[in-house]
Amino acid sequence: MSHTVAAPRAAGTPDPDPALRGAVRILTPDGERRDDAEYGGQVADVDDEALLALYDDMVVVRRIDTEATNLQRQGELALWPPLLGQEAAQIGSARALRTDDFAFTSYRENGVAYCRGVTPAELVPVWRGVTASGWDPYRVGMATPQVIIAAQTLHATGYALGLQHDGSDAVAIAYFGDGATSEGDASEALVFAATYTAPVVFFCQNNHWAISEPVSLQSGSSLAGRAAGFGVPSVTVDGNDVLAVLAVTRAALARARAGGGPSFIEAVTYRMGPHTTADDPTRYRDPAELEAWRRLDPIDRVAAHLTARGVLTDERRAAVTAHADEVAHAMRAACTALPDPDPMSLFEHVYATAHPELDRQKARYARYLDSFEDAR
Amino acid sequence: MSTMTMGGALNAGLRAALTADPKVVLMGEDIGRLGGVYRITDGLQREFGPRRVMDTPLAESGILGTAVGLAYRGYRPVCEIQFDGFVYPAFDQIVSQVARMRARTNGAVSLPITIRIPVGGGIGSAEHHSDSPEAYFAHTPGLRVVSVADPQDAYDLLQDAIACDDPVLFFEPKRRYHLKGEVDTGRSRPAALGTARVLRQGTDATVVTFGGLVQVALAAADAAADEGVSLEVIDLRSLSPIDWVTVAASVRRTGRVVVTHEAPESVGLGAELAAGITERCFSYLEHAPVRVTGFDIPYPPSKLEKHHLPDLDRLLDGVDAALGRPSSFEDES
Repeated sequence: MSHTVAAPRAAGTPDPDPALRGAVRILTPDGERRDDAEYGGQVADVDDEALLALYDDMVVVRRIDTEATNLQRQGELALWPPLLGQEAAQIGSARALRTDDFAFTSYRENGVAYCRGVTPAELVPVWRGVTASGWDPYRVGMATPQVIIAAQTLHATGYALGLQHDGSDAVAIAYFGDGATSEGDASEALVFAATYTAPVVFFCQNNHWAISEPVSLQSGSSLAGRAAGFGVPSVTVDGNDVLAVLAVTRAALARARAGGGPSFIEAVTYRMGPHTTADDPTRYRDPAELEAWRRLDPIDRVAAHLTARGVLTDERRAAVTAHADEVAHAMRAACTALPDPDPMSLFEHVYATAHPELDRQKARYARYLDSFEDAR
Repeated sequence: MSTMTMGGALNAGLRAALTADPKVVLMGEDIGRLGGVYRITDGLQREFGPRRVMDTPLAESGILGTAVGLAYRGYRPVCEIQFDGFVYPAFDQIVSQVARMRARTNGAVSLPITIRIPVGGGIGSAEHHSDSPEAYFAHTPGLRVVSVADPQDAYDLLQDAIACDDPVLFFEPKRRYHLKGEVDTGRSRPAALGTARVLRQGTDATVVTFGGLVQVALAAADAAADEGVSLEVIDLRSLSPIDWVTVAASVRRTGRVVVTHEAPESVGLGAELAAGITERCFSYLEHAPVRVTGFDIPYPPSKLEKHHLPDLDRLLDGVDAALGRPSSFEDES
């Protein structure tokens, strides 16, 4: 893998952003599937049916995203971080992973979580504020989402060191955004990973915005280009092309499994929605930019391709929509049925071993609550 | 039993932990070929190899962050922070990640990480080499904080800390690395993690301290005895949680207490001790708890540190205050 800023590979619809120049692209925004000399072989096995499955994934996670946003608007969730526009980056990369690989992500990777086997019902409790964790990381091979920007890049690197020590050929993957590349932890993770040849993939979704700050505020050069300074090979990929993302991620994983060490992937995509449901991007973003990226929609191009191939018939499209609706309805039902937690759960899981001081506080609060007749 | 320095006992404790559990890995700057700037890991890389005794890049957040990942994978990392004043770049990983992971995952992920830090002053060193940062960590839920004072405890408590499924900040007073003592390596003693110990019994006042000042307190107790004052000396050992049973039992007997530490006074561990003792022993107290501590200043140049660090005479001045005798604590409001 090598980072290049050579002549554009991409053709068709003009790209709205220079970051896409030279990006690996297999499925054009118009739905044309092309070969790629370096990466095309990685997805040669992805036939129409396999692509349809990726399409289904993307439609479902977009539907989950819409439903969760609605749940927030209706007061059922306190907050939700939409992934709208990043479906291909998340599905393409996560579907490249093996069961025994391990993902360390930020809070926006609900599409990755879906692919790892996190149920939609497990996605919402944290955002409803009823629990600290929606799932057991070891069951699905994915850590609970990280809120501190870039902290998880080091966790993935450390986990990769553990895999290396174990003699495993599994790989750790860190998901983070363009803003995270400015954090010291991201640089330290690249240093550690390069030093120890750790089997870790750094998957950066450059979605162009860190809340209100454009990516130009984070870096004077391309994000992928920065990895070279750490001795970590990198590639820029059209993050709205699910096939290209799958291809470059498979290549990075294969490299790590073979003992080749870390890789850095910059998936150039776009956060089409707000940072979270608490954000208002109209205060800082040119609507024309959003419109330009709408034409690069990650789902539309797969639909155009499969429709032209005669695979995505009206009937199958309806079946995918029905699947997405079913998942969304199940998530809504699970969400609204979630009871408020027991107040005494405050004191659980802080320590693995006995802690008399916390026990004292817990006992006192229990007595306090018991002093109200109908409190418990 | 064999005679060891505290540094030697720590080395022996690490060797025992590495031998007992293949998941134990040591990480830190200069801990491999050099054996650490204080030689605490001397010879361990040669004995256990570079994967189990890892020299790391000079990035403290990186050390702790990768330790989180290793622990996630089932390892039991023991991180050495080279000096007390170098821990702050790792503060976010310790406070936001190490301390909270178990709660954040509803108990699914424990992080049995031990963070060894040479702490404290009294060695005539440069800035950032003499800090006492215990209060930051004792204030953080999810962490345990341990401070050792002699070779036997260093040997035992380090192994207890590594075996503990909770993350432990393990403070080693660097001015006591050369303190010698008899060490029983039989591991026959009961687990001491979380407990204080009464090092010397007395009747007139209790001195509560830890780490490098334990020897100062014992010397002060000898000096006080010459003047007919009987001091009880408690080595706290566990700074989080505090062993209130041992502390309160002592103060109820003596009715007077002096708390001493090297760290600045305000919002330090002494404040927690004074408050907790007052809550538990109010009707037994003959005098308000007295604090003898470092001043609320950045750590001073080495030629001034003898004024900053509590010593035998300042501690006895505090004892005088607790006994209601003339002292520098008078006329404060």
